[in-house]
Amino acid sequence: MEDQYTPGMEEDFKAEILEKYPSKLKKKRSRQIVINNIDDNGDVPQIHANTRTTPGILTMRGCSYAGCKGVVLGPTRDILQITHGPIGCGFYSWLTRRNQTRPETETSANYMPYAMSTDLQEEEIIFGGEKKLKAAIDEAVALFNPKAIGIFSTCPVGLIGDDVHAVAREMEAKYPHINIFGFSCEGYKGVSQSAGHHVANNKVFTDVVGLDDTPKEGKFRFNILGEYNIGGDAFEIERVVEKCGLTLHSTFSGNSNYQEFVSAHTVDLNTVMCHRSINYLAEMMETKYGIPWFKINFIGADATAKSLLKIAQFFGDKDLIAQTQKVIDEEMAKVKVVRDEVKARCEGKTAALFVGGSRAHHYQELFAEIGMKTIAAGYEFAHRDDYEGRKVMPSIVVDADSRNIEELTVTADPERYKQRKSDAEMEQFKKDGFAFEDYTGMMGDMENKALVIDDLNHYELEKLIEHMHPDIICAGIKEKYVVQKQGIPMKQLHSYDYMGPFAGFEGAINFYKEIDRLVHSKVFGLTKAPWETSPELSGLYGWNA
Amino acid sequence: MLLRHTPEEVKERSSLTINPAKTCQPVGAMYAALGVNRCLPHSHGSQGCCAYHRSALTRHYKEPIMATTSSFTEGASVFGGQANVLEAVTNIFNLYDPDIIAVHTTCLSEVIGDDLTQILNKAKTDGKIPEGKLVIHANTPSFKGSHITGYSSMVASFIQNFAEPTETKKMQINLLPSFVEPSDMSEIKHIAELMDVKYVMLPDTSDVVNGPMDGKFHMYPKGGTPLEGIKSMGASTKTIAMGRVGTLAAAKLLDTKLKVPYEMLDLPIGVGATDAFIEALRKAAGASVPAELMVERGKYIDVMLDMNQYTSGKKVSLVGDPDLMLGLAAFCKENDMQVLHVVSGTKPGSKFEKRIKEICGDDVIVKTGPQADMFYFHQLLQNDKPDLIFGNTYCKYIARDMDIPLIRVGFPIYDRIGHSYFPVTGYRGGLHLLDQVLDTIMDRQDRDALPEKFELVM
Repeated sequence: MEDQYTPGMEEDFKAEILEKYPSKLKKKRSRQIVINNIDDNGDVPQIHANTRTTPGILTMRGCSYAGCKGVVLGPTRDILQITHGPIGCGFYSWLTRRNQTRPETETSANYMPYAMSTDLQEEEIIFGGEKKLKAAIDEAVALFNPKAIGIFSTCPVGLIGDDVHAVAREMEAKYPHINIFGFSCEGYKGVSQSAGHHVANNKVFTDVVGLDDTPKEGKFRFNILGEYNIGGDAFEIERVVEKCGLTLHSTFSGNSNYQEFVSAHTVDLNTVMCHRSINYLAEMMETKYGIPWFKINFIGADATAKSLLKIAQFFGDKDLIAQTQKVIDEEMAKVKVVRDEVKARCEGKTAALFVGGSRAHHYQELFAEIGMKTIAAGYEFAHRDDYEGRKVMPSIVVDADSRNIEELTVTADPERYKQRKSDAEMEQFKKDGFAFEDYTGMMGDMENKALVIDDLNHYELEKLIEHMHPDIICAGIKEKYVVQKQGIPMKQLHSYDYMGPFAGFEGAINFYKEIDRLVHSKVFGLTKAPWETSPELSGLYGWNA
Repeated sequence: MLLRHTPEEVKERSSLTINPAKTCQPVGAMYAALGVNRCLPHSHGSQGCCAYHRSALTRHYKEPIMATTSSFTEGASVFGGQANVLEAVTNIFNLYDPDIIAVHTTCLSEVIGDDLTQILNKAKTDGKIPEGKLVIHANTPSFKGSHITGYSSMVASFIQNFAEPTETKKMQINLLPSFVEPSDMSEIKHIAELMDVKYVMLPDTSDVVNGPMDGKFHMYPKGGTPLEGIKSMGASTKTIAMGRVGTLAAAKLLDTKLKVPYEMLDLPIGVGATDAFIEALRKAAGASVPAELMVERGKYIDVMLDMNQYTSGKKVSLVGDPDLMLGLAAFCKENDMQVLHVVSGTKPGSKFEKRIKEICGDDVIVKTGPQADMFYFHQLLQNDKPDLIFGNTYCKYIARDMDIPLIRVGFPIYDRIGHSYFPVTGYRGGLHLLDQVLDTIMDRQDRDALPEKFELVM
């Protein structure tokens, strides 16, 4: 096989990978490694996703607790979060995801730099941990007196039979001014972080959203769901939407606070960034409160512009649309200068993206903007709908691992359900090709024949590098140095390598420059010493002469 | 303020740990297993454990950290993880071809009572383990001990499984370092090599988690204690263990099971502890101390003397792992600093507090165990502010809030790289640590000095 990427090599590549696997694993992986053969109707092939990782395989995936506490709730600054379990889980999820936050004032609550844990010991594992959890809540209340407390279950909690929900109810009765709720996000639930997202969505929906009907002041109020303010992305988005004249009520959950959550149902629109982690909440809020939602994307300058316009068009106000267009024009002028410069150097280079449940899709936009082609991509924990689009949702088979994640039955709120747009307006939107509940998935946006790999593992990553030799690979911290050691630039798309923001217009500029730096870094060129490439004997001749 | 909710007033807590000064056993076990050549750590639990531990070690070392997982689902949690282990073992040997798989358990697999001895026997009798390949395990439930005891248990398991009893002794010494950096492991070896002492050091993470950039990814880097070396540890004449909490289990096992007596020392941090290590090595191996080592010693003491005015009387607070705390306390005292506080989330046994007080005097505040966390540490500092903090990366929040300089030492260090390459052990490590301390103190003096008091020569 060739060592450089050439279109059409994907089939051979797939065959070579599968060859090494025992038959059962081969069968499974053959359905998770897919060549993106897009048919004449624009339909993409089916991919096997959200399925168990095979034991012993070096996987990128984490657990349900990480999805619930780490991803969805972690970025909220004033919900005091107690991990119920042995010390490790609370320790590892302590500030490591880089969710930035900006408390309103110098003294406003911000618990994010605090990791709290019941630090269960053997005695509690044997006799039960509920007593310790209650005492821990007492101590937390005495020290912090927060508005809300979330309790996050780790693996042993479910197994020893601790009922965190009963504890939450009991402690809430003791402290009526504090909203206390528990999450059954034990690490063994589901097959990845994804289960934890769902658990988080459910609890936030039932116990937090809708407690206060006071809306935030301002016109054109909306929420952004699934934006976690890594590297300051939410700050950039806030800057831009404010400039357009929109009112961002709450972000779930980057740079967010509890008050924004409890009144989040008062908005007229929900927009969804990371479909995988939070589409459940968007759907449930629509059913209960009548808030329509659509997918947006603030990764990529063009995508940002498109998303802003769509939001403005939803509200339909002429001045708002005009102002939004003005903002876009202003910002794009700055973006274009950098983009043109970087594109001239990066055009034609290739990228491979294996990350998350939406980033592997969204970041393809940014690469395309500087002329780089995504030759392979895949998600770590996404479902078929994130690959193939929401239209496949009815045909997704619910397996044993998904079945044990509660699916809430939601009905319209008798008093607070309010249709945001009239039937006629919605009809007109549809006529104009304006889509709601509309995630069309990653594969449809990728090139025909591109390689799509779900839950990529280490062995496959090595093979991919060996044969396709992308100019850059994007993944997470565990993959970072595996890739870099092989002389390939690597960009972390979970933590951004402690940089950012990469969202919005300024984020796009940052990203272009960063990719330019990475793919043109001179350091890689120093790896080989001069004597490793020049023939040894020439030195000898010199000496003899 | 970053830690705006931490009050000055200390109130006793019994149940809530806030900002822990420890983490869980499995990550220590994973680190220890990386220090054995061609060994792949395997986490028997949910895949989240493995992901967290690999991420923590990768952030700390900025190197590939390879480890596999049993990827428990809810079904496995109910029916037991045997099938997961059997499948994992097959896949690991097929795809990654290690010589050894070192399994460590997690809270999940311990709670459901998976018997790894039985499961691994089954793997063997079922023919899942290829000829010449080995699979061992250590029990490391997260609800006991800390990352230090997890490290200790894994090292003991290597001895238990591999070290062979023998009548014929070899002229070699076993070296057991506690949980320290690869740079420290290198430094300990450097001293033994200068003295021409034959040794086996277990584990040895140097050249594993601080490997060079050579354009290739090495699943099994060249470092790590070779299996043959571990096998021969039963033939050594003596074990020198450095750091009681991290090494006692393995040292005792070598003594009781294989009749290799041990000498328990502190980690060789500072002059006294390094002297003690060299003395022990000298006596055990009948070796002499070479001039080179005397020069290293002399250089360090020379600098201590030259710069004593800057360190003398400085008040310091220490937080981290117990073996390291003892070493750092000695280092600080030797440089005439005053140790105010010593806090460790790991419970080190009754001797620890006594030893710290012997070194630092009776006024030092010592606290260990679950509520001996960084929240408490921060409160102590608010009540008695030191000039310097020694601790891991998480201390930077306290350091910034209180405007106290921080010397990064311990685990984890996510935001600086020196620890992988520059030791704190041995005389050279002492010099390096002192250099860091001096830079920090003197930068601060330069920053804070009145214009007329700003010094050119220091």
